[in-house]
Amino acid sequence: MTADWAALVLRVRDDQDRAAFAALFRHFAPRVKAFLMKSGADATLAEECAQDVMATLWQKAHLFDPSRASVATWVFTIARNRRIDALRKARRPEPEELPWGPEPEPDQAEVLEAQQDTERLGAALSQLPDKQRALIERAFYGDLSHSEIAAETGLPLGTIKSRIRLALDRLRQQMS
Amino acid sequence: MSIRHHLTDQLLMAYAAGDLPEAFNLVVATHVSLCDECRARLASYEAVGGAMLEGADVAEMSDDSLAACLDRIDGLSQANARRPLKRAGIFPAPLADYIGGGPNKVKWRNLGMGVKQAILPTGKDASARLLYIPGGQAVPDHGHRGLELTLVLQGAFRDETDRFGPGDIEIADEAMEHTPIAESGEVCICLAATDAPLRFNAIIPRLAQPFLRI
Repeated sequence: MTADWAALVLRVRDDQDRAAFAALFRHFAPRVKAFLMKSGADATLAEECAQDVMATLWQKAHLFDPSRASVATWVFTIARNRRIDALRKARRPEPEELPWGPEPEPDQAEVLEAQQDTERLGAALSQLPDKQRALIERAFYGDLSHSEIAAETGLPLGTIKSRIRLALDRLRQQMS
Repeated sequence: MSIRHHLTDQLLMAYAAGDLPEAFNLVVATHVSLCDECRARLASYEAVGGAMLEGADVAEMSDDSLAACLDRIDGLSQANARRPLKRAGIFPAPLADYIGGGPNKVKWRNLGMGVKQAILPTGKDASARLLYIPGGQAVPDHGHRGLELTLVLQGAFRDETDRFGPGDIEIADEAMEHTPIAESGEVCICLAATDAPLRFNAIIPRLAQPFLRI
């Protein structure tokens, strides 16, 4: 059922593979469009921005690190930034990139973990009480101010944080 | 760098979701650049966004959208993607980007008693500034009517609650009464942001006094 999206992004990165890109486009572009419409864009703007987001995926494929984030998470961050730019016309400073790039041959177990995080979180989201899930969704659609956000999400984020933290520690050690 | 004071979950989630004013985004991005712990916590909130996107509804794209996107990609090359930003001295990349370089590029304005500030160009819903505080001087009051974030980049300050060194962030709301004082030794340089309205007429004379309290 679940396609190996990370492998498709790596094919875009390494071979500029258009068939791989088309598969990613068919899956993610309609989701990005819906996300942007829920954030207040009309259908025309949302469609245009969804194309921008997918073009950015092509252009920045070399920056994608499949051992730290799933493709869905990475696409979400690109779509979020496009939303801030297009709908709020604001700048969004980004954290400094890590001193090492993505590893050319990522550890397959870590890649699988990152993809599974998204599935596990999706399942956990669907089990939340409606009211709580609606609040999280509104936050991510840009519909809440920071003071209205309650960060107690009820989602299992600790394991994801720990896994990423361990990977960062290990890579910093290798670097020094 | 051993960081002891971190971002709150609320701020990290708001940053992941894209709900913060630009000035707060700048402080969060600068702290995360220095702090692997908050970088990992931020990634966990971004994963929530990914799971939502994956599980959400779809809105059909028009028939020719893939072809149009592929046409656009022909005009792009992967190598032309923007080069990653660079750190400049004690300024992590996102801050260096606002200054156009490191500490020697800051256009400081004197506030008296050796204290200086530089207001950064951000959206108007919150304001960001750099502060330069010699040892023993009070950190200028830059908020207290809203949320106030103060990130130490060099040196340290202390207040009634604790000591804040490089990389540490103090998060204060309007209920908090405190008098931060720069430690003796190295000049303390901080990046501060607040969503309280800037009241130039009222603030500047106040800032000009040392050890000011309202």
